[in-house]
Order: sequence, then C-alpha cells, then structure tokens
Amino acid sequence: MNDTDSLLTRYAIRLGDDAMVHGQRLCEWSSNAPTLEEDLALANVALDYLGRARMLYSLAGNLCGQSEDELAFTRDTRAFQNLLILELPRGDFAFTLVRQFLLDEFEHLFFDALTASANEMLAAIAGKTRKEVAYHRRRSQEWLRRFGLGTAESARRAQAALDTLWGYVDEMFAVDDLEATLIAEGIAADRAVLRATWQAAVTHAIEAAALTVPDTTWRIEGGRQGLHTEHLGHLLSEMQFMQRAYPGLSW
Amino acid sequence: MAEASLESPQHRFDNRIEAEEKIEPKDWMPDGYRKNLIRQISQHAHSEVIGMQPEGNWLTRAPTLKRKCILLAKIQDEGGHGLYLYSAAETLGASREELVEALHTGHAKYASIFNYPTLTWADIGAIGWLVDGAAIVNQISLQSTSYGPYARAMVRICKEESFHQRQGYEIMVKLAEGNATQRAMAQDALDRWWWPSLMMFGPHDAESAHSAQSMRWKIKRQSNDDLRQKFVDQTVPQAEAIGLRIPDTKLVWNAARGHYDFGEIDWNEFNRVVSGNGLCNRQRLDHHKQAHEDGEWVRDALRAYAEKQA
Repeated sequence: MNDTDSLLTRYAIRLGDDAMVHGQRLCEWSSNAPTLEEDLALANVALDYLGRARMLYSLAGNLCGQSEDELAFTRDTRAFQNLLILELPRGDFAFTLVRQFLLDEFEHLFFDALTASANEMLAAIAGKTRKEVAYHRRRSQEWLRRFGLGTAESARRAQAALDTLWGYVDEMFAVDDLEATLIAEGIAADRAVLRATWQAAVTHAIEAAALTVPDTTWRIEGGRQGLHTEHLGHLLSEMQFMQRAYPGLSW
Repeated sequence: MAEASLESPQHRFDNRIEAEEKIEPKDWMPDGYRKNLIRQISQHAHSEVIGMQPEGNWLTRAPTLKRKCILLAKIQDEGGHGLYLYSAAETLGASREELVEALHTGHAKYASIFNYPTLTWADIGAIGWLVDGAAIVNQISLQSTSYGPYARAMVRICKEESFHQRQGYEIMVKLAEGNATQRAMAQDALDRWWWPSLMMFGPHDAESAHSAQSMRWKIKRQSNDDLRQKFVDQTVPQAEAIGLRIPDTKLVWNAARGHYDFGEIDWNEFNRVVSGNGLCNRQRLDHHKQAHEDGEWVRDALRAYAEKQA
C-alpha cells in the first residue's frame, strides 16, 4: 500500500465511522417513534446510513485487507474516528431530528463537493449519497419548521436540542493533516470552506422556524483522534456484542 | 337469512358472498360482518406493529452489517403492513386512534407469539422462518377473503412475507452450517418457537369462537386445523434439510393421509400466555404505550402546525 492508499484508507474509515455510528443510533428508534409513519421514515434514513457505512468500509477494506464487518465490529473506541455529534444518545424526537437537520445541511454541501474526488470509488459513493441526503434534508427542514412553529412545547424542545448540539458543530468543519494532504491531492473534500455557506443556510432555516441560533462559546472536538464521549463505548459494546462473544464465525 | 326479501340489502349481500364477489367499503354490509372484520384486521395490524419489538430487540446487536440492514428492512416492512391494515380497518369506519386505544386498554389483541422473548440471534432466524412462515400460510388463504381492501392488502403483504420467511430460514441455514455452538443455538430456538408457531393458527376448529361465522361470511377461507396441517407439512422437510430436530416425539409421516401426524398442542400453555402470563406480555404493551405517550407532544405539534398552515 503506497502513502496515498494508506491515507485514503483512513479517510474512508472515518467517513464510514460517521455513517456507522449515526446509523446505529437511528436503529434505536425502531418501534419508538411518535407515529408509525415516522418509525418507517427513520428506518429508511437509517438504512441509507448503514448502506453508506458498508460502501465506505468496503472501499477501505479493499485497500487494507479487512472486511466491512471486521472494521465495524472489532475495533475499539480509540480506533473509531466518527464526529462526536453523531455518538450522542438519541435523546427525544426533537434532538434526533435537529441533529439530522444540522448534519443534512452539512452533508448536502460535503457530498456534493466529494463527487469531484479524484478517486472514482469515492466520487461514486458521494454521488449516490448526495441523492439520499437531498431527501433527508427536505424532511429534516420540514421537521424543524414543525417544531419551531408547532406548539410552545415543540419549540422549547427544538431550541434545547439546538443549544446542546451547537457545541459539536465546529468539528464537522475541522480539517486535520490527513485531510489536508488528501485535499491537496484532489481526493478529499475541503470541509472548512463549507462553513460559511452552511452557517447561512442553517441560520436562515432556524430563524424561519422562529428559533434562535445559539450564541455558544463552548466547543468540543476529538472524534478524529479517537477521543470520544463516554457514550461511544456503550454504543459499541451493544453493536459489537455478537462478534465479541462469538469471534471469527460466519453469520 | 330466510326473512330477507329478494330485493333487501341483506339478500344482495348474501348473493355476492355466494358468488365470490368482493365486498367494498361503500357497499352495504351486516353490522356483524363489519365488526368481525374490524376485530380481525385490527388484531392483524397490532400483531405486525407489536412484532416489531422482539425483532427490534436484535437490531442494534445484529452480527454483521448485512444482517443488520436486512433485519431493519424487514422490520420496516412489518410496520408498513401495519399501516396498510390500519388503513383497511379505516375503510370500515374504525379510526387508527380508536384501534390503538383498544390495544392499550386490552380490548384488542395481537398475536400471542410476540409475548415470547428473543433471547439469542437464532431467535431472529426462527421468527422469520417459523412465525412468518405460519403467518404466510394464513395470509395466502386470506388473499381470497370476501372484503376487498383486506384481500388486496394480503396480496401485497404475502409477497413481502415470503422474503421474510426466506431470510429467517437463511439465518438458520447459516447457523446449521456453523460450529457446534451455532447449531445448538439454532436447535434451542427451534425448540422454543415450534409449538408457539403451531398455536398461531388458533384453537381447534370446534373450539374457535369466531370461526364458523367467519367461514360463512368468507372472511376466513380455511379452518385453523387445515392451515396448521399445511404449515407442518411444509416446514418439517425444511428442518430436516438443515439437520434440525422438530421437538415433537409424535411427529411422523402418514402415507395414507399424505400428511404428517403430529402431537397435541399444550393448550394450557396457550391459554397461560394468551391470558397475560407470557414472559413479555406487559413489556410489549408498556413499550407501545410509552412510545405513544412520548410521541404525544410531536403529534400535537404536527396538528398545531398543520392548522396554522391551513
């Protein structure tokens, strides 16, 4: 494996971890949603993320000689490199949908940019993902309006979610050495340059929903270095139970 | 209905049933027919929805990514079946709110088999293979039920259920091909799910509360015992093919009948679980109530938002 392949492997794994951890959290909604229709919609979104995780892990796995399941189920907390915002517990329905909204607005820009990747596989995955994100984004924007303009209770919950999540959004735009190198090679998408467009879109949507953009000074980062909240370990211990309890078997 | 005149709605209804014509939502129908259908369709809908819980219990712990995706898609299908069926019940004038209320107050039932716990991954295989397998046998028969919306919902549901049954069987095949631990896990799941699956077809025909009238109305097309026999006949060879043992010492091929003979169901066990003493009865209902309660503010917000937009 040459240097670029090694960096690409790590890049695909971290994007895969984002999709994996978020997909796992969405799975927790099964049979818990406020309506049957929403239960099905959340499952749809979860399936998109799980499918994305599989594509990215397969891309990485082909380079590093590991299967998608080895990558998902046999790495420990320090090896996972997902964004922290995705590992936070699912919270109430407002928390889940507001998180989805912040993420969708980011992914809408990010995967659009990634379709220009010099790596064909990555560009193809981004092309497929971009279409899925367009659907997720319409839905989460609509929910933000319903929360903000629905009842006092729904607005209060949505604002509380925004206030909690806001400290984690900076990490979505952080470029480390790995990504800087791959951006220079035309392989990775530059997330830092998306910030201004994202901020404008999100501000517009939040204000249109009569909610307030948080004025938060605290910010937490660390996922890309494997420095996680305590929540991730529990998510992994549940997700990895079978492969840990019965290692090396075929299912 | 001897007293019905030749031109009466009752007479026309009886003739249409006799002629195998479908009854549609706006057609006249006897009150008893409507009530019987609402009872059966809502019970069926609740079963699909409550059935999401025992399977969802393994969604976050599925052993591979492929299995997780398949299981999630399957559970999503079951929820979709719940939706079609609630819609079919709505065509009879029963709102979803009323039906859910009846579930929560214990006036409406759901399939008792979902009161058993899913303890190992093999239980997910057993549910697909046996529980969905039994459901399909029943649902294929219901494709020719006399109420149009119900019959059409069954056609669509059967197509998806046959995928579910195959995915469940495939999980069992994989376990049976695996090591001794995996084979033991598969056998244990079969041991626990076999008899409850046979119970899914309900009491013997002579003891079934609603059967005779349902058969006359052609809501129900085949008897509980006939459907159960069909399920046993198709499932035994599937177990043999993967080296699993059906937990019934009386099970034997009867060449004269052209069917398997099998042992008697433990009806005390059946009644014990139906009457609330299964391992998960309270858990399943409490979970559904809790999710409904947790979602109340969301449904309120939806309504308020819709009114403001109108």
